[in-house]
Formats: sequence, structure tokens, C-alpha cells
Amino acid sequence: MSVLVGEETRVVVQGITGHQGTLHTRGMLAFGTKVVAGVTPGRGGGTVEGVPVFDAVEDAVRVTGANASCIFVPAPFAKDALFEAVDAGVPLAVIITEHIPFHDMLDMLYYARAQGTRIIGPNCPGLASPGKAKVGILPNVIFRPGRVGVVSRSGTLTYEMVNSVSEAGFGQSTCIGLGGDPVNGTTFVDALELFQKDAGTDAIVLVGEIGGVAEEEAAEFIEAKVTKPVVGYIAGRSAPPGKRMGHAGAIITRGRGTAESKVQALTKAGVRMARFPYEIPDRVREAVATLGGR
Amino acid sequence: MVRLEEWRGKEIFRRYGLPLPKGVLVRSREELDRALDAGTVPFPCVVKAQVLAGGRGKGGAVRFAETPAAVREAVGSLLGTAFKGEKVSAVLLEEKLAIARELYLSVTLDRSRRLPLLMASASGGMEVETLPDEAIEKVWVHPMVGLVGYERRKVARTLSLPGPAQADLEKTLDRLWRIFREEDAELVEINPLALVGEHLIALDAKVVVEDDALFRHPEYEGLQGELTALEEKAHEKGIAFVEIGGDIGVIANGAGLTMATLDVLLQEGGKPGVFLDLGGTDDPRKVAEAFLLMTEAHPKVVFVNIFGGVTRCDTVAKGLLEAMAQAPPRFPLVARIRGNNEKEGVAILKEGGVGSYTDLAESVRHVVALEEGRERAPPLSAARSGGAP
Repeated sequence: MSVLVGEETRVVVQGITGHQGTLHTRGMLAFGTKVVAGVTPGRGGGTVEGVPVFDAVEDAVRVTGANASCIFVPAPFAKDALFEAVDAGVPLAVIITEHIPFHDMLDMLYYARAQGTRIIGPNCPGLASPGKAKVGILPNVIFRPGRVGVVSRSGTLTYEMVNSVSEAGFGQSTCIGLGGDPVNGTTFVDALELFQKDAGTDAIVLVGEIGGVAEEEAAEFIEAKVTKPVVGYIAGRSAPPGKRMGHAGAIITRGRGTAESKVQALTKAGVRMARFPYEIPDRVREAVATLGGR
Repeated sequence: MVRLEEWRGKEIFRRYGLPLPKGVLVRSREELDRALDAGTVPFPCVVKAQVLAGGRGKGGAVRFAETPAAVREAVGSLLGTAFKGEKVSAVLLEEKLAIARELYLSVTLDRSRRLPLLMASASGGMEVETLPDEAIEKVWVHPMVGLVGYERRKVARTLSLPGPAQADLEKTLDRLWRIFREEDAELVEINPLALVGEHLIALDAKVVVEDDALFRHPEYEGLQGELTALEEKAHEKGIAFVEIGGDIGVIANGAGLTMATLDVLLQEGGKPGVFLDLGGTDDPRKVAEAFLLMTEAHPKVVFVNIFGGVTRCDTVAKGLLEAMAQAPPRFPLVARIRGNNEKEGVAILKEGGVGSYTDLAESVRHVVALEEGRERAPPLSAARSGGAP
């Protein structure tokens, strides 16, 4: 088992003819993902890496039965691309594009939610269920199939973590890169809920960063709802404090958002915290040991 | 983020029809003379230095003047000076009003709820974050619906204004919301929003525009400011570069990995000074450019920590050697590269005379030892020329 993507996932790549779109279509295919269609307006009829290209998502879905979109479209056009995917009835949209204005993302998030599409990202590496499917740009070589769920706000740091967990002998059910933008389609809490329900996930690794209060909210959720063991790491304990933004930012966070507050909240929720990236495999080993023989 | 000075914020307010005090902006003594001659300087006058730093009132960057001579004196003492390290290159001259009450209004993004947040308080004019929660009315506004009637009534009750000012408030709320959405603002704040007689007037304006939306707002391009010369150069090349004043230069890829590298360096007693986040790239030239930028920052030792995803290890290795051939560095380099095409990357570096690590903790300890002079490494140029004809 896995969450969000699996054997049944059929991917349409929006922006497939661009450099990144083509490069990562190759990567997804090499992972074993069923990439069934690509979309670039005005370029329909051709193929990229053997994948048929359509002018519109609607056509791609009708002809190929695509049920997940991977969006590489540049930021100024990403909102339109997402609306197109939602209107074509695609239930999962993974937005790799970075630098999308959050005002656009607000429209995208609430429209998608109202129409029943889940967004992962934006500005994220995507997600992968080893041995089954990958939607995004995570490097293929770091994964091995298994029963640890990984969720993270970072990109490269996630690869590092997944790699070290794999090298320590622990495979992953699904690895989700949420992206670090101010407005995200999917949050830690959403991912934790999915992993908690997933019969194929025994333990969860959560990789956070300073800023925002998503990790604190994750901690509250873990305390209330998650019975599976969770391992955590927060990057940026020693980062220089950022400039504060007017008065409003300070009112909202009220002292939350620091590495200290996140580590404290997660520790209180029973999460096994790693102080450094290389401590993660040991924490996972301890977490798995508590499961006893499963 | 692009933080706009008060006068730019007020220009936006004016465009949207928010009521403002009468005033004029001057950038030099000559402009002041012309404004005085033209009679556009209001009296009695508030003289406000145009800087982004807060605490202008307490810090003497806001003065009062009753006469042209006093305005000249106040402007002369502010223009060209520095306030909290920021150069004052413009001064706003506004009419001094008889303020009955000072209120607070703002719209920003609440990242945690993923909703715009409107905040209102009857106690404006001061540091609002010091107010107790109950003194601030909070309304989370649905972005696709906008402010609705009951939300406006809630704000109106909190501010309890006289009749005519209530109608002003309706308009002010609408305009504030429109500015937030249409100008791609991260923050629109009026503090204080003054009750003058029976009407509302925006005495200050704070508008912060989102960087990522600048493609829709070319007029704010170039206002980011506050970058060092090297940071500026990096920005132009699309490389994230931060100087914090230690000895170790760090080149990593991705914000998370960069922060984690910093955490480990500090833990081991190192003093990181410059950070350079390559981001994702598959172009060796970008890596070379980044390395050359790093050279300009004169670090004592450079630590390259790359996990190859989109950025492949061999790309990084090629870029590093290219840069070192161009400008032989005078500092030792420690490289740790893992991930995509790791073997190829390590082999390329080895051929160029650069050893690399796979273990993070071990590589960091070596970096710190070099920084503290406990270990010596031959300068890379020497190592490299050893193998070259």
C-alpha cells in the first residue's frame, strides 16, 4: 500500500515540451510511472519520450484516462494550467513550478478544493511510492520500497533523508514533498492523516523547517490522532533571524515558528527528534523497533 | 518581499481613493524651495523621513514645523542623513491634523489558515503586536468571496465610529481588500487610521508587495534593496547568496539542505560566513559562476555540500573545476557530493585534484579543522597544477 500515488496512477505532464518537462518525464518513466500523456497548447499531435502530446488536458484525459497531473508550466501561467486540470476532472495535481504568487495560489487552492482536486505543492519535488509511481522530480536512485512514510517541506534535504533511510535498510511506502511556499495545497496534517490510515505505512518521518507554524500544527495533530511512531527533524536551528514583516506577521505567529518552538512541540507530541540529518536513520530504527516484530 | 516607503504606499492608496492628508514629497532643498514657492507645503506641517525602519516618531525621523523656516531646518536635518542605517533620500511634508482617535487596520496572509486575515483595532498608532489578543478583531476573508456584510459589521462594532466615519470605514475596508488582492500585497497596513472630526484619514501607509508577483508589477522592480554588492550580483544570476560574516563559505543546493549544513557546522564549532544556495541547475556554468562569486567573498575555507537531484553531481564537479581553472582559489575546498551521478562526480573531482567525502559529519569536522588552522591543506591550485603539464 501507499498514499496518493500507486500502480493505478496515470500521469499527464503539463508543460511536457519544456526542458524541465521533458527531462522529468524521462525520469518518471524510468521510475516505472505510467506517464500516459503530455500537454502543451499548440503542440498537440507530437510525442515526447514516446508519450503523446495533446493541446488540452481535457483531450488528454478523455483519450488516455490520466488521473494525475504534473505541472511544469512557468509561474505566470501556472494558475491557468491548474484550472484546466481541475476542470478536466483530474483528482491530483502536483505543481513543481516555483515562484507562483501566493495570491494566485489562494485562487488555485480554493477552486481545486471546491471541485475535488488535491494539490501537492507548489514549488515542490512531488511525491513517489517506490516500486509503483513517481509524480515529480525526486531522484530515482534514493528510494527503496518499504513501510516508512516520509513527508517534508524541503527538496534536496528530503532526498538526503530518504537516501540515508534507504541506506540504513528502511524502505518507503510513499515520500511526499509538500513544498515550502506560504500557501500549500497539502499540509503536514493532511499527509499525517493519510499515512495514519495507510495499512502499508508503519512509521512516519517528518522533515520540517523554520518559519510558519505548520510543524506546530503537525505536533497537535500527532498528539491527538497519530498512533504510528513519528521521527522528526527541523532544519534551520541556527539560521540568522529573518527580517520581520510589518507588525502583522508578529501578531499572527506570536513567538511560534522558531526551530525551538517546533522541536519543543514535536517532542511533547512524542515525536523522536533527530538533531542532525545523520541521526535520522537511528531514530527510524528505534521507531521501528517499538512496533515489535511487524 | 518589496517593502514600499510610506510615500509609495500612499500613492497606491491615492489611486484607490483612500483619504490621505494633504502633502508633498521633496527629495532636495531645491525641491523644497519650489514647493514652498508654489504653496504646496501645508502648515502646520509634519516632516516625515521616508525610510522603511519603524520607530520613526520616537527616533526623531518625524518632526513638526509651524513656519517655512522651521520646515527648511527640519528637512535640512533629515535629508541625506541615516536613520537606523538607512539613508534618507526623500521627506514627506504633510498637514498636521487634529486627531480624535487612532485606529489600526491591516490585511495580510495567515499562512497557517491559508487565508487572508483582516485585523482591526481601536487602539492604533502604537506597536500593535503589544496589544492583547482581545483588543484586535480578526476576520479571515475567503479569497474568492471577498469581505461580506457581517464581517464589515464586526469590524465596525470593534471600532465604534460616529455616523459619517462608518460610511468611510465601509469604503476603506473595500479599498484595503482590493489593494491587497490587486497589488499582490503581502501586507497592507494603515497605522494609524485617524479619526479627524467625523472622517477617517490614513496617516501612514505600509505596503509590502510579493517578489514573485513582480512580473505583474514591473514598477516595483529594483526596490528590494538591502543587499550587499555581492548579494546583488548573485541575485542577478539567480543564485541565493547571504553574507553573515564568518570564515566558512558554504555552497549547497536547496534551502533545507543549506540550513541543515549550517546547523551541523555551528554544532562542530565552525563559523559559517557566506551561504550560497545553488538551487536546481543542470548547467555547469551556473555552478562555475557561483564558485567565482564565492571566491570574491574571500572565505578562509569553502565547503561544498551537494545532494544531487535535479542538480547532478557530475555537473557540480565539472562546474567547480571550470571555475578553479579560471580563477585558482587561495583557500582549501572540502567537497561532499552525494546522489544522482555521484560516482561520476567524485571521479571528475579526483582527476582535478579535489578529494570528496560522503559522510556529512566527517566532512564538516574537516572543514572546521581547516578553518581553525588545526589542519593544513595544500592550496587547491597547487594540487591541481601538480597533475598538469
